[in-house]
Amino acid sequence: MNREELIHNLKAVYARLWVRIKGGNREPEWLAAEVVIPVITLSAYVFLYKMVKAPPEYAGFVIIGGTMMAFWSNVLWNMSAQFYWEKETGNLEVYLVAPISRMAILLGMALGGFVNTALRATAVFVAGILIFQVPIALYEPLTALLIFFLTIGALYALGMMFASLFMLYGREAWHTANLLQEPIQFLSGTYYPTTSQVVPQTIQLLSSLIPLTFGLDGIRRVAILGQGIGDVWLNIVALVIFVLVLLPLARFALGFMENLGKKEGRLTLRWQ
Amino acid sequence: MHVANEILNYGILHCVSPRDLMPHIVETHDVVRIFKGKEKPVKALDKVSIYIGEGEIFGLLGPNGAGKTTLIKILTTLLLPTSGEAYVGGFNVSKEAHKVRRIISLVSGGETPGYGILSAKENLWFFSQLYGLSSSIAKARIELLMADLEFEEYAKTRMSRLSTGYKQRLNLARGLLNNPKILFLDEPTLGLDVLTSMKLRAYIVDWAKREREGTVLLTTHYMAEADEMCDRVAIIDRGRILACDSPLRLKRKLEESVIMKVEVSSVQADFSFLDHIKGVIGYSQTRSIQTDTTSFKVMLTEERIFADIMSKLEAQNLKVLSTNKAEPTLEDVYISLVGRGFEEEEGPDHES
Repeated sequence: MNREELIHNLKAVYARLWVRIKGGNREPEWLAAEVVIPVITLSAYVFLYKMVKAPPEYAGFVIIGGTMMAFWSNVLWNMSAQFYWEKETGNLEVYLVAPISRMAILLGMALGGFVNTALRATAVFVAGILIFQVPIALYEPLTALLIFFLTIGALYALGMMFASLFMLYGREAWHTANLLQEPIQFLSGTYYPTTSQVVPQTIQLLSSLIPLTFGLDGIRRVAILGQGIGDVWLNIVALVIFVLVLLPLARFALGFMENLGKKEGRLTLRWQ
Repeated sequence: MHVANEILNYGILHCVSPRDLMPHIVETHDVVRIFKGKEKPVKALDKVSIYIGEGEIFGLLGPNGAGKTTLIKILTTLLLPTSGEAYVGGFNVSKEAHKVRRIISLVSGGETPGYGILSAKENLWFFSQLYGLSSSIAKARIELLMADLEFEEYAKTRMSRLSTGYKQRLNLARGLLNNPKILFLDEPTLGLDVLTSMKLRAYIVDWAKREREGTVLLTTHYMAEADEMCDRVAIIDRGRILACDSPLRLKRKLEESVIMKVEVSSVQADFSFLDHIKGVIGYSQTRSIQTDTTSFKVMLTEERIFADIMSKLEAQNLKVLSTNKAEPTLEDVYISLVGRGFEEEEGPDHES
């Protein structure tokens, strides 16, 4: 890719990001609903832990889990499944005929989705901390941020990979996404720590295949348990590996699926 | 029907424009496209060879399922041919897709690309960025296109609130943003009212003439649209190009035929007897439940055969409401080639 093409693709990234931010925040009631509903969900878990007299840091685990879950839902439904909607509205055809990299469109979607979700997730996080008086022991904010951004990178790369499935299989891929919603919430330990002794080893092993597990665990340790980079280096290494493997894999999957779609004639086929 | 069979038996027709007069900007060589069907494979394109000159408005005319959209998808890099080769702007659509995409644009009728929550102008800005236009150029082009296509007053209206006609104007404006060398229009006036269709047609013709090298490949199943807009028309049916020439020359080929339009007083009238009358080249029919009438158009080798038809109608106790001699249209060209009108026995719609 030469300089001119790079600038062209960056313009496409920015444009798709702009659409997502502009579109996502045009209706204020959407914004309110997207903050209030997750806080209610988190409250249920926090009250449950309080009822069974779990250690106070468990409330913090739940709030961080709920905050990160917002990103996973965004990846799954507003990133992966987006190509399905784009196909139905005729936008995918326009994207595919335009002289841009498909990764530019996905990157724009990812960044726009990240900004939108970050606004909502921050509101959920702050509300959760204030309402439930969660004890915070954050001594290394940079480490927490590093883990957070690595987790986001890995999640969105995973989303890009799933987008290629939606591009070709449409509604058939919908079930896969559904399948990934609850089990990942369960395996990655959104509302409980997977490293605790009550979680069976098999589940711990399975959960280690998901980048969200390492991200959640790392951020919880640094932000709630007061641990430092020396304690979470394994999480950082795992997340770096996820990013390095998933990004090129997403690029390959996208090219492969596009070519397959062109061969089979399914690329712009609707209602499948 | 006899003429049709002769043409089909003759083999594959190559649609060639005069090479000496204009360089070819679109070329297909024996393009075949086969889709996996539910029961058996469906051949959507059968050795299609067309050559389109720079600056031409070229029409692909055929009923639904004829293969028009399949061909346009191959030329716009959305689909690979099963065999054969296609070139757009000198670039191979299968191997140099990225280069092809830089010089083309695709506008599909009935589609509303864009985001409903954004305004018309915001949508156009977004699409301009997919072609890497600078802010100043994008702004100027958007203003110009909105003015030309007469939807300036809706610039700030959300796309979801626009009527079908204005959405299609927006869609066409989107297709012209990058000033394409070749504009592909797939049924651009599908579902639009007469006035909007006329305006869009006029604008497209004007655009192609203004852009000295602006080439248009248009697919349509509206005869009048092809007749009015196109320099040349290829008639396609069941994946085969049956004829290719200027609308005038295609119609001139029928000068020796006689075309009669008849209206009879029953919606259930049966015209299958026409298949057995020697000298009937083909016919098409339109039934109206509201008026309980059927109109049919029949193409004959000689006028005297019409007397036989009238007596057959009388024998069926059908009241003839009107008879007229008609001038040949592109529909008649199609009837002469296929033996039936567009509305009958359309091919499988494997493209949608």
